Amino acid sequence: MKEEIIIAGFGGQGVLSMGKILAYSGVMQGQEVSWIPSYGPEMRGGTANVTVILSDRKISSPVVQEFDTGIVLNQQSLDKFEDSIKPGGTLLYDPNGITHPPHRTDLDVYTIDAAVEAARSGNAKVFNMFVLGAFLKIKPLVTVENVIEGLRHSLPERAHKMIPANEEALRKGMELVKKAE
Amino acid sequence: MEDIKLMKGNEVLAHAAVRCGADGYFGYPITPQSEVLETLTELRPWETTGMVVLQAESEVASINMVYGGASAGKRVMTSTSSPGLSLMCEGLSYLAGAELPCVVIDVSRGGPGLGTIQASQADYFQVVKGGGHGDYRMPVLAPNSVQEMNDFVDLAFELAFKYLNPVMILADGVIGQMMEKVHLSPQKPRRTEEQIRQECPWAALGKGDRKTRNIVTSCYIDPETMERHNHKLQAKYDRMEREEVRYEEMETADAEYILVAYGASSRICAKVVEDARKDGLKVGLIRPITLFPFPTDAIRQAARYAKGFLSVELSMGQMIEDVKLAVGNADIPVRHFGRTGGIIHSPREVYEALKQFMTETGGKL
Repeated sequence: MKEEIIIAGFGGQGVLSMGKILAYSGVMQGQEVSWIPSYGPEMRGGTANVTVILSDRKISSPVVQEFDTGIVLNQQSLDKFEDSIKPGGTLLYDPNGITHPPHRTDLDVYTIDAAVEAARSGNAKVFNMFVLGAFLKIKPLVTVENVIEGLRHSLPERAHKMIPANEEALRKGMELVKKAE
Repeated sequence: MEDIKLMKGNEVLAHAAVRCGADGYFGYPITPQSEVLETLTELRPWETTGMVVLQAESEVASINMVYGGASAGKRVMTSTSSPGLSLMCEGLSYLAGAELPCVVIDVSRGGPGLGTIQASQADYFQVVKGGGHGDYRMPVLAPNSVQEMNDFVDLAFELAFKYLNPVMILADGVIGQMMEKVHLSPQKPRRTEEQIRQECPWAALGKGDRKTRNIVTSCYIDPETMERHNHKLQAKYDRMEREEVRYEEMETADAEYILVAYGASSRICAKVVEDARKDGLKVGLIRPITLFPFPTDAIRQAARYAKGFLSVELSMGQMIEDVKLAVGNADIPVRHFGRTGGIIHSPREVYEALKQFMTETGGKL
């Protein structure tokens, strides 16, 4: 198993931390992992992306040019990364704010209404966990238990009280993910 | 499982510094390595091991604080990125001249000038060939994983005290910013004042019960004395070349074409070798772990059978000069490939460049 994933969206959406939680879940699952962010003069509202690789073997290059899965959370990221997904790969996106839907016909495309659900839940911070739940429903690479374990390791102690809300959002995301028509 | 962490390379440098029993870190923040100072500040080692962590007013101040700490036999270090290293170069030359042990880390970014904050490997000349003035060399370790960011800090201090010389760790923005699994080293105690007095009889720790005091200097006005000092330094550099060469080889035994790459680029090239071998191409990789001393013999050995060498660097081509010297045969083509400006070449780009090189030099595709 080797899964090369790009997660992209606005800074402040929890793109990097979602990647980190996924990578930590992989560690808990006994996988090899790598996490490389785009870093730069970026800020809330700017663009942010991170490459996460989960593998059951040693990862040679953490830098890749094509991805098995693209998880995109805004129009700019969709425009930028849709063509970087391998033929037959997976695209998961939040339709909120998307004016030009994906054009590729050779991908498995899924949607998750994470922004809407996060607003409904009254806790905007768990937005990224709806998305992660959706992804793990499509590709169950790590168990929910290991995601929770990963959260325990990646969040500072003072944030551990947030774990139940995160788990709830994760499970809700698994229910709500839809295959695009 | 408990001791496996997921961390950024830069964060690991900070943990490794505390855990290897360093006495002091002096630094000034600069992207892409600011997490080193940030993490050290978060770890508050002054409350546990007693290690000093100090944000200096500039890189010039940092390196001179290192000079001061090292003069007292302390295990001291700093870290910076390219433009910051330029400011430290005078200090590096003085440290080498005065035979002071210390560890200096460059998590390099793109230049020249203010350049870009994105990853690059364009500091090879500066770090490996000097940067500062005068006849001096420094061992240079080039980590290519987060684990090695941990392991090389302790190794760098070991070499620094073995040779009484500054030791460089040359990383890049990819290795610094990337998170991977890491086993952190166990905590070593800092050396006591008594241990330092015994292990560093040269240190400037006051006269004590001796007749004369130690003087730490790189200044020798008398030409004969200065030349003798240069010969003494050179003997150390020669010994480093004999004893400290470190490198890794991948699939070189029957390789017709050899990629040479270090740091982040060597990880990308490892993928190229995997892909090329799947396609039946006889391609191997030599990865220098020490850039000085350079694995000249390993490359010369491979050159006995190879048809060509591709030096793959995130620069316009700097290490290629050492690869050419090592190959030592004008009939064997040595070419460079690399992206710059903060663009990281992908495995596919490198593979395409390799195939192009092979086509033009009579290789079998």
